[in-house]
Amino acid sequence: MDTDRVKAICAAHAGLEGPLLPILHAVQAAFGCVPKDAIPVIAHELNLSRAEVYGVVSFYHDFREAPAGRCILKICRAEACQAVGGAELAATVLRHFAIDWKETSADGRVTIEPVYCLGLCSVAPAALVDGEPHGRIDPVHLIAMAERKL
Amino acid sequence: MMRVFVSSDAAALAMGADGVVRVLRATAETRKITLEIVRTGSRGMHWLEPLVEVETASGRVGYGPVKASEVPALIDAGMLEGEAHPLCIGVVDQHPWMKRQTRITFVRCGIVDPLSADDYAKLGGFEGLKRAREVGAAATIEAITKSGLRGRGGAGFPAGIKWKTAADAKADRRYVVCNADEGDSGTFADRMIMEGDPLSLIEGMAIAAFAIGASKGYVYARSEYPQANATFAKALDVARAAKLIGTTFDIELRIGAGAYVCGEETALLESLEGKRGQVRAKPPLPAHEGLFGKPTIVNNVLTLCTAPWIMAHGADMYASIGFGRSRGTMPIQLAGNVKHAGLFEAPFGMTLGQIVDEIGGGTMTGRPVRAVQCGGPLGAYFPRALFDTPYDYEAFAARDGLIGHGGIVVFDDTVDMAAQARFAMEFCAIESCGKCTPCRIGSTRGVEVIDRIVAGEKREMNLALLEDLCRTLKLGSLCALGGFTPYPVMSAVRHFPEDFKARSSSAL
Repeated sequence: MDTDRVKAICAAHAGLEGPLLPILHAVQAAFGCVPKDAIPVIAHELNLSRAEVYGVVSFYHDFREAPAGRCILKICRAEACQAVGGAELAATVLRHFAIDWKETSADGRVTIEPVYCLGLCSVAPAALVDGEPHGRIDPVHLIAMAERKL
Repeated sequence: MMRVFVSSDAAALAMGADGVVRVLRATAETRKITLEIVRTGSRGMHWLEPLVEVETASGRVGYGPVKASEVPALIDAGMLEGEAHPLCIGVVDQHPWMKRQTRITFVRCGIVDPLSADDYAKLGGFEGLKRAREVGAAATIEAITKSGLRGRGGAGFPAGIKWKTAADAKADRRYVVCNADEGDSGTFADRMIMEGDPLSLIEGMAIAAFAIGASKGYVYARSEYPQANATFAKALDVARAAKLIGTTFDIELRIGAGAYVCGEETALLESLEGKRGQVRAKPPLPAHEGLFGKPTIVNNVLTLCTAPWIMAHGADMYASIGFGRSRGTMPIQLAGNVKHAGLFEAPFGMTLGQIVDEIGGGTMTGRPVRAVQCGGPLGAYFPRALFDTPYDYEAFAARDGLIGHGGIVVFDDTVDMAAQARFAMEFCAIESCGKCTPCRIGSTRGVEVIDRIVAGEKREMNLALLEDLCRTLKLGSLCALGGFTPYPVMSAVRHFPEDFKARSSSAL
């Protein structure tokens, strides 16, 4: 891990009040995750304890300890999607890639993350494919979209 | 030049609006048609998205839902001239679903280019802040109080009282925080405003800041809403260029990191400070000691972006609409298995049945409506027997429910209510911040107890245990996550007891 890059990210956010979350987002954008080695660096730069920084990283669902697969599927698990077959959709897609929630397929191609509401409840079931919204999806199309990205 | 309007709301994008725009551009180019395509927010008729609107002498005529592949044929059929077609819905403003609404909070959404200060001004923008400055801070707070505007995030606390409390608190610094952490399933109104009329939120925050004497504002938004965040970030630049903010008051956009509980105002403040999103005990109220210990008003997106209308049109006008102690309008969000899904803004007081059956048109699958969950994952499931409940904070509370942030999720008769109750507990376990024991541990125990009930294991005893556990969650939690999870659970048990019978296969 590039320590200087982490320090530069911290420095770029130095003017903010309560900068830890923006820093963690920026670190994850740069490295694909919040590397374990980045935690002491951030802690030092912000004059926090490592435990405090780790506590924040582990609290939020978004922050990963290891990089995700090349395609990230965020499938909504919440009620509005459940009402139109969201649970079955998710089960089929997970089975296809032979993984569970928050896992990456063995070939490193796809990571599937649960989300609790994308605000696409009126066009449910919904998912984000690498940040792109898709509504009224069926498993066949979702899998095809993920595989097209690979 | 012909003008065409296509939404860039995430729901429209999710249904393929960008593809429609691509084909529109390409077709226009090959046919040498000069076309201006304006990307707007959504009108809220999401079952018609992607909706293409064309400007005609009689108004904007809509076509939807349009598939990208249908665009050339639609142009052949005279879409750009507003000609009749099976997909034509006529003049959009005259559509019965639109005409039945009272649009105050969403008065511009779907009509304007969200990033055009000119469009915003043409439809009444900037008037509210101007008026606030004319009458002064104290009169502004008085107007908001008098309007009866209540917090649209779900708690329904009178906005004016919150503002006055923060304004009266002695401090060298105050904050306006917009809670845009719209995590409730079935809700998307905040997202629609951030994508469709973000300047109204910025103006609302500027009014609030002027009223309480704040120089800094934060919008705490969700990482699950990448499109909304991108639009809102651009809108902040537009607002600075238009001098709406950037002189005495400025706004910073902050993005959460996937924790539902950060929609709770004190957890949100912790998160803004760079900490774990754990709930704070109240008192002190955030209006006394909020962000970084300073007086802070935390208001929902819809609360803030209604303030400009109230200031511009007068508190009495807003207060004259509504039902009981619920004044004004509510942007109702119809979602899940419903035919006409989308956003419908109406005065409080319609019955739940009118909303679901008449406005929503029943289920998308055509099967009977069995249950609706109102107010997000912490809201109660209502059976048809309670469809006479008026849409009003107090009326819903009287029936052990809540209107929350205005979401209504519709389920047909294939829904398994024990599975829904189990999910409510599971969701609470996943999203609990961990501060209160009943929420942190009780939620997992709740999942297990429901599993035992449907497995037929000491059923009566476990049902009593579930009720007792729910009472403990309700009374022993600091915030609504643990405190309200009993609503969906117990409403499912009470109104749908047949789903909690022992099953031969226990798997939920």
